[in-house]
Amino acid sequence: MEALSLPAALSLVAGGGAGLSPELRAALGASLPLLQRDYRFERVWFWGCIQGVRGAYYIAQGLGPDRAAPRSRLYSLNCLDWSLLTPATEEMLALAEEVKGRFQGDPSFEYSLAEINPEAAARLVQSGKEPVMKEEARLIATIEQIDRAVGIVPRGAFVKTPLGSVHENRHFEGLSLVEAKKLSSYFHFTEPTDLKNKTLLEKADLDPSTDFLNSLEHDIPQGKGSWSIQLEKGGSVVVLRSLLWLGLTFYHVPMTKQFGYVYFGTGEKNLDLPFML
Amino acid sequence: MDPSPESDPSHEPHSAYPEDAYEGGHGPYQPHEPGYGLDQPGYSPYEDEIPDAQARMLAIKNAKAYLLKTSTKSGLNLYDHFATILTKILDEQPANTVDIIETISQDVKWAQFRKKMDTLRDEHLIPPTFEAAEKCKALFIKEAGEEEHEELDEEMGEPALPNVMETAFYFEQAGIGLSKDECYYIFLAFKNLISVQPIQTCRFWGKILGLEMNYIIAEVQLREGEEEEEEREGEEEETVAEEKEMGEGEEEEEQKEKEPEPPKSTYKPPPEIPKEANGTGTNKYVYFVCNEPGKPWVKLPPVTPAQIVCARQIKKFFTGRLDAPIVSFPPFPGNEANYLRAQIARISAGTHVSPTGFYQFPEDEEEEEGGDTYEENPEFEPPPVAEMVESLAMWAHHVKGILKQGRCVWINPAQKSEEDEEEGEEEEEEEEEEHQEETGQPLLTLISEDEGMKNIPAWTAQASTNLIPEYSIAILQSNRWPGAYAFASGRKFENIYFGWGHKYSPESHTPALPPPAEAEFPSEPGITEAADPTVEEELAFKAAQEEALAEAEEEEEEEGEDD
Repeated sequence: MEALSLPAALSLVAGGGAGLSPELRAALGASLPLLQRDYRFERVWFWGCIQGVRGAYYIAQGLGPDRAAPRSRLYSLNCLDWSLLTPATEEMLALAEEVKGRFQGDPSFEYSLAEINPEAAARLVQSGKEPVMKEEARLIATIEQIDRAVGIVPRGAFVKTPLGSVHENRHFEGLSLVEAKKLSSYFHFTEPTDLKNKTLLEKADLDPSTDFLNSLEHDIPQGKGSWSIQLEKGGSVVVLRSLLWLGLTFYHVPMTKQFGYVYFGTGEKNLDLPFML
Repeated sequence: MDPSPESDPSHEPHSAYPEDAYEGGHGPYQPHEPGYGLDQPGYSPYEDEIPDAQARMLAIKNAKAYLLKTSTKSGLNLYDHFATILTKILDEQPANTVDIIETISQDVKWAQFRKKMDTLRDEHLIPPTFEAAEKCKALFIKEAGEEEHEELDEEMGEPALPNVMETAFYFEQAGIGLSKDECYYIFLAFKNLISVQPIQTCRFWGKILGLEMNYIIAEVQLREGEEEEEEREGEEEETVAEEKEMGEGEEEEEQKEKEPEPPKSTYKPPPEIPKEANGTGTNKYVYFVCNEPGKPWVKLPPVTPAQIVCARQIKKFFTGRLDAPIVSFPPFPGNEANYLRAQIARISAGTHVSPTGFYQFPEDEEEEEGGDTYEENPEFEPPPVAEMVESLAMWAHHVKGILKQGRCVWINPAQKSEEDEEEGEEEEEEEEEEHQEETGQPLLTLISEDEGMKNIPAWTAQASTNLIPEYSIAILQSNRWPGAYAFASGRKFENIYFGWGHKYSPESHTPALPPPAEAEFPSEPGITEAADPTVEEELAFKAAQEEALAEAEEEEEEEGEDD
């Protein structure tokens, strides 16, 4: 969620019971603008918080002029001092899938891969590295996975210019109440994979400037989907909660420009989803 | 087409000076306007392109006629379209117009399809927002019978209404809780609940999220007289149902006597474990739920041990509708209301804690391990926050844990079947299995004895702030039930739950496998299979028989000869 609209946004996602204490909110209000100044980001988003067993990680994202470019991520243990995270690599993502269980809360904690995945450990040993995975790497990979899987925006909020870069659509006035209840009005804010598979008939209806992302309709499991859509306060706020990554909450106030998502959770994928529906 | 301003026909209608605002031709320019004098032949900047004035006028007319050409597809023409766009832009004056010009153009085209003069008017849709707002407003209305209730409260002594806002304030220090508005609505909804139901004590238990709607849960103790009446009603309903079943059974038996009966199944289901009485064990409190503050409160039924045992084996999302069926294996005995009640019981038993020493066993009675009662300790001195955070031994459970059986107090199911024994045969007595008595941890155990999972402790303790230690409070988070929190500050403490209602397990959930198929009938010699003899065996048998016959004939011949 936008750093500038943080107080209002936090009260809209508070339906799930998770939020920030006044101390942390005040700290964010002071440190996020400083982040913007130091790293020269155009926009700073407060991504959320991953609860470890002994402590919590608070994550912020900085965006440059092209909103679809890879984002810089920073983490902090106290919302005041931020450290930049390196971008995620495919290898990190593959390793992080193997590591299960809660985060410990200590960035230098090392997961011993020998117990979890002996093959990967053997590969690492061969290439000269130790068969361990640092919690920081796991953090990077988890954030990337969550963003790719469930980072969503409303349809029409972003436009793609003919040059390929993506900007906020200043003409976006919000989804209507009817549109807001449909899963097809929300897009994953990542590289699209489905667009080429659509039939020509479907493609004819699309508007290439706004429909350049995957919509949520085709999320597995189909039918009920992996999202819970609720209208809170009698329809004045629409809240989407992801069932795959429990803790990700997206809010949008229909007919206004306010939207955003935040993650408050343990950083674990809910693999039991098919049994729970 | 000339892009110069004075020859652009679409610019004319919105000229700042009304005397210029007529279509076609250039207006007489005033001396202070740019373009003054340029309309005179010979002075236009583009003189050299189309030198002849008449040819230029013709070119302009041709360009304009081209713009006015109606499109065959949509019936619009470019001239009017540009006119409307520029009117709209100049009216609204948006920022960075050149970037959004395409969307503006699209919007203008869409607006064409909205007929302004329609004989049918759209029905004024009342969005659900307003209905919900009305319900919330209804919460604020003070009832006329308020004064009577206030007098009753004074007689009772303790206020029944929990101070939800105070609890919310403390939890907010830890970053847990709902928005202030929602908390206040819940506060008012509790007030309504108390005025409707005969409630002795009441507490905000928490909020459980669901797919379509959420649940707000109140933990309540009803006044003693009211509970007994409800129990009697429940029992009467059960006896009536049993009598009906008996009547039907008798009719079926009469029919069956006429037909030869198929072999009866020897399967005997395990005896049903009775639920705990209201006011004890898992049914110590009564729970009311509502989907949103403002909606009516619904009472949840008491929980049975079978439901708890089954709830331990399944993991399902709540939909938000209390009558939704739970489709699962093993089949859950009940619908969503029962599943919700079972999860509430499990969460309460697992995560309701208080500072050690706040509650004590009553000194009058002997201290039994099965004791279910506790009372506040008047001599309790709250330890400092730093100690509460450092050592988990400063916290204790004040709700009894649930045994494997599904109850807090173990009961031997064999005792219940005494009534059946009188009716049944002697064989039943032999087949009874011995049930081992289960013991759980006694009440008021310290939470430091809770087992962790793998390398994760069962609880995480934190102080709410490190910067201002004199006003910080101790916060506990449960790792076994993510979403369960507790805080303690001086003499005040509280438990709450915000979450989806499921237990945390490090491994993925594996559903129970179906049981092995039952044997249909015991094997008897008449039914057991044996392999048919092969051809060689038959031949050998025949040969052996013939030999025996031949020997017997020879013996007879020998005997006959002897005679």
